[in-house]
Parts: sequence; structure tokens; C-alpha cells
Amino acid sequence: MKAAPYLLCVPALVLFAGVVIVPLAMTVLLSFHDWGQYKGIEPVFILKNWQEVLGDSYFHEMFARTFRIAFFVTLLAALFGAPEAYILNRMRSPWRGIFLLVILGPLLISVVARTLGWALLFGGNSGLVNKALMGMGLISAPLPFMFTEIGVVVALTHVLMPYMVLAVWASLQRLDPQVENAAVALGAGPFTVLRRIVLPQVMPGILSGAVIVYALAASAFATPAIIGGRRLKVASTLAYDEFLNTLNWPLGAAVAVLLLLALIAVIWGANRLVERRYAQVFA
Amino acid sequence: MAFLELERLTKSFGAHNAVDGLTLGVEKGEFVALLGPSGCGKTTTLQMIAGFVEPTSGAIRLGGKDLLAIKPARRGLGIVFQSYALFPHMTVAENVGFGLEMQGVAAAERRTRVGETLELVGLGAFTTRFPRQMSGGQQQRVALARALVIRPQILLLDEPLSNLDAKLREGMQIELRQIQRTVGTTTILVTHDQAEAMALSDRIVVMNQGKAEQIGPPHEAYERPATPFVANFLGKTNLVNGATVRPERISFAASGLAGTVRTRIFQGNHWLYQVDTASSLVTVIRQNTGEAMPGEGDAVHLAWEGRA
Repeated sequence: MKAAPYLLCVPALVLFAGVVIVPLAMTVLLSFHDWGQYKGIEPVFILKNWQEVLGDSYFHEMFARTFRIAFFVTLLAALFGAPEAYILNRMRSPWRGIFLLVILGPLLISVVARTLGWALLFGGNSGLVNKALMGMGLISAPLPFMFTEIGVVVALTHVLMPYMVLAVWASLQRLDPQVENAAVALGAGPFTVLRRIVLPQVMPGILSGAVIVYALAASAFATPAIIGGRRLKVASTLAYDEFLNTLNWPLGAAVAVLLLLALIAVIWGANRLVERRYAQVFA
Repeated sequence: MAFLELERLTKSFGAHNAVDGLTLGVEKGEFVALLGPSGCGKTTTLQMIAGFVEPTSGAIRLGGKDLLAIKPARRGLGIVFQSYALFPHMTVAENVGFGLEMQGVAAAERRTRVGETLELVGLGAFTTRFPRQMSGGQQQRVALARALVIRPQILLLDEPLSNLDAKLREGMQIELRQIQRTVGTTTILVTHDQAEAMALSDRIVVMNQGKAEQIGPPHEAYERPATPFVANFLGKTNLVNGATVRPERISFAASGLAGTVRTRIFQGNHWLYQVDTASSLVTVIRQNTGEAMPGEGDAVHLAWEGRA
């Protein structure tokens, strides 16, 4: 009888192994295979791809760009998303529901459609964004948004903002509203209440939102492909190119595996930080 | 002129008056309880004093000064919330020291005063704990220490003991009373528990539908309730032939109002009787002195003071 629970898990485990573990293991194996323009993929065990990915400055630059973009996207999402969630949380119905829909609305639209929308807004020197910025007198000459990191960061931040808002919103829900009143009664001004009372309590929410946004930004494909174009490569678009254009699958696999490892390291580190820093405070 | 004065204080939510023309004077060092059922306006009154709710009309004066003109953060009141509202990300010492920090008290003096206040509430050894690591009763004491350490002009207690279990509550009542006597802070307690109000306060304000039904010392309100509502809210009462009589004032006698015992319930230190009489069903409470008592179905005679 004791075997029953394990037997019941088998179908799910088989499915998980079949669609996740096996392809992943094959990708890892693939990254150690050889490839030539004329000979194709040779199933041998060599370190050539890894030496190239880890040694070539082209790849260094590309990975640095990937994580730089992900970092700034995360930073912007936190800077705008956390206050947004706080304001949203203090709104009254029906406004709260309406604005929640405005924030979550983008999730209902295809990433490609949204990104093409940004491409239209950014496009050329007479793009709407540049016209608006110049009209407000904030800039004197058009800024290059298309095919630049700035453009990718702006578009990705918009795409991924809802994840941050939702994560912070969830932690705000757990806040005792009387705690803010308690701080006010003890003489704290509105800014002190935010900085000393609210922010530390929603920090776990911001960090978990940041992990989601960072992982999605670093592995995003559609937005860097459309806004960044063919020249501004990030890890995911490069892996795509290696697989489908150059047909150098082993090299593409090495790039993909390295991206995965780097992301796992970042997420694991962030989790450790949250657990160690906040364990005794938030059970 | 009283230390704290509420004058014709009113708060309306739409057409409904949560607090309706409440006038009350509290003397310095006095312990006053606002007592009433939920929705009677007692919490709204407290929140208006604290500044979290703005009155629709009326005035609040503290030491002769208009309190409503002062921002909540500048009123210098100590508040203990029902949920304690401790800062979960700060240690006990940081929680208690927060108010002093806001007042700009230097770190060294802060440490001394936090230590003293924690000693006062019996938590001297818990400075580095986080609220989550403490029991409800301990959190309650931290909340009290946090409110007292700033030496508030008034201490406001919003149902401070309602989250504790019955035994702990009794212990905390005694302790709260002693602490209040020691520091001498003017205190306003909001509660729906008449036993708590009577045990703690110098005067109680029995509130109903936004109005004060009676203001006076607990003993007086209990013995001479001004309205039927007060009589009913402050313990059990009997209405016999048009007169209200407390159940514990009725005794079994050789002669008096004739009746039959319908039920008899033993409650440890006393017996609770329900006696059928010609006029009504009368509740009688008799001390358990170890003597034999009438049983169910027995014919009895009821007597009380003021009745032959």
C-alpha cells in the first residue's frame, strides 16, 4: 500500500522528465558536440564551444549586455512598480479595479503586438515618443530608441511591469493598516512612514518581483529581437540565430545553457538573501 | 476646566451619526472607559482624539488648546491598537524606541528610557526579540511600552485586551491598572467588555448609538443606571413589578414573592437560578457558601431590599 502515493506520481514525473529533463539534458550534451560548416554536427565530446563562449570577447559583450538590460529593467520596474502598487492599494473602488485592469491589461495582449506598438512609437526621428519629448522641451534632438539598449529597456520594462506590481501588491495586502497609523501617532511624517515602516515590510515582495522580472528580462526574446534588431544581440536572440541561421546548434546550445546557469545562480542567490534577511521577521 | 474636553463632538457618515453630540471632560490622571456595544461610536471617538478621523462638528481641547488644529503626528498621544500594530521588521527595542527617535531623543537617552519602560511592563530581557517570536500577551506589553515611552499626554487604549484569552486578560487588567497608577497618565479605554471597563476605570461612559447614556463611576452606574440600556448593558437585571433588581440582590426567604425554581445552574463560585413567579421569570444569583440550596421544581419565596 505504501507504494501507492509513488505510483500515483509516476504519470506526472514521466511527463516532467519527458518535456523538461530530457530536452534539457540533450541541450547540455549538444553543447559539447562539434560542428563544421560542411560536416554538420558531430557527436563527439569536446570543449570547443565552451572555450569560445567563455573566451571570446564578442560573447562577453553580449552576455554583459543581456544582464545589463535585465538589471536596468528590474531597477525601473521596481522604481515605478512598487509605488504604483502602493497607490493602487490605497485607491477606493471603483478606481482600484479600473487601474488594476489598466496595469494588467498588457498581459492580455501578445508580446509581439505590444512590442511592435513600441516600435511604432519609437520609430525614426519623427516617432511619437521623440516628438512628445521635444514638444515638452525635455530634449533638443531626437534620441535614438530603435536598435539601442535604451529602447529595449523601455519596452521590456513596460512588458514586465505587471509582474512587479502584482508581487508588491500581494505583500501590501498582508500589511496591517493600523501599523501606519501607529507610526503616525508616534510622530512619523508621511515620508518617514513610507521609508521606515512600509518599504521594509514590502521589501520581500519587491525582491520576489525583481527575481521574476530579472529572469524574464534576461531570457526575453520577442522584445530584443524587434526593438534591438539584428545588430543588438542578447543571449536569447543569439542562441536563436545560432540555431536557425548559422545552424551551429552546439554553439547555440552552449549559449542557452550558460544563460540558464547564470539565471539559476541569480535566482538562488536572491532567494538566499530574502530567506536570511527576512526569515525571523516574516514567518 | 477639564484636562481633555470633548464638546458636542459629532461624526456623520452620510445620514448616520456615528458619534452624536458627545460632551465629556476628562481630568488629568483619570482613567475613563468608553463602553458600549459594537457600532456605538466609541472607536470613532477614540480615532477623532487620535486624529485618524476628522469630526463633522464639535471641538476637542487638550489642556485648553484646540487639538483638532494639530496634526496627528504632533499630538503626542500614546495609542495601543487592538491588533497591537507592532512594526514586524523591528526588534522590541527598536519598536519601543521609534517614538523617541521621531522626537529626536539622543541614542544614549533613548536606550535608557526604552530599558526603563520595558522593565515597567516586565519585558526587560526581550529587547532583541522580533514581535513574531513573542506571545500575544508579550506583544501587548510591547505595544503598551511603545505608547508609554514617549510620555504621552494621553494614553488611548483601543480594545487592548480583546485578543487575549480570558485568564491572561484578567492578569493584564490588574497589571494595566497598576502601570497606569504608577505613571499617572490620563487614559481613555475603549471596550465592549463591561467587566473590563468596571475593573479598570475611575469613570465609565456608557455609549449607545453615538450618545453617552450615562457618565459616572462604575459602581454608581451599576447601582443606579440612568437608563434601561445602561442597566442591561452593565450586567443582568430583572424587571419585577416595574422595578429593576440585580439578580445578586435577591435572596430566598421564608416570605416574599412566591415562585417555583425552573432551572438551577452551578457556576463554581455561585448558583444561577431562574424562578417562575406570578409577574415574570426572575433571574437569581446566590453565592456558593456550601449550604444546601433549593433544587429545580422547589417552591421558593424571593425577597430583596426595598421590598417587604
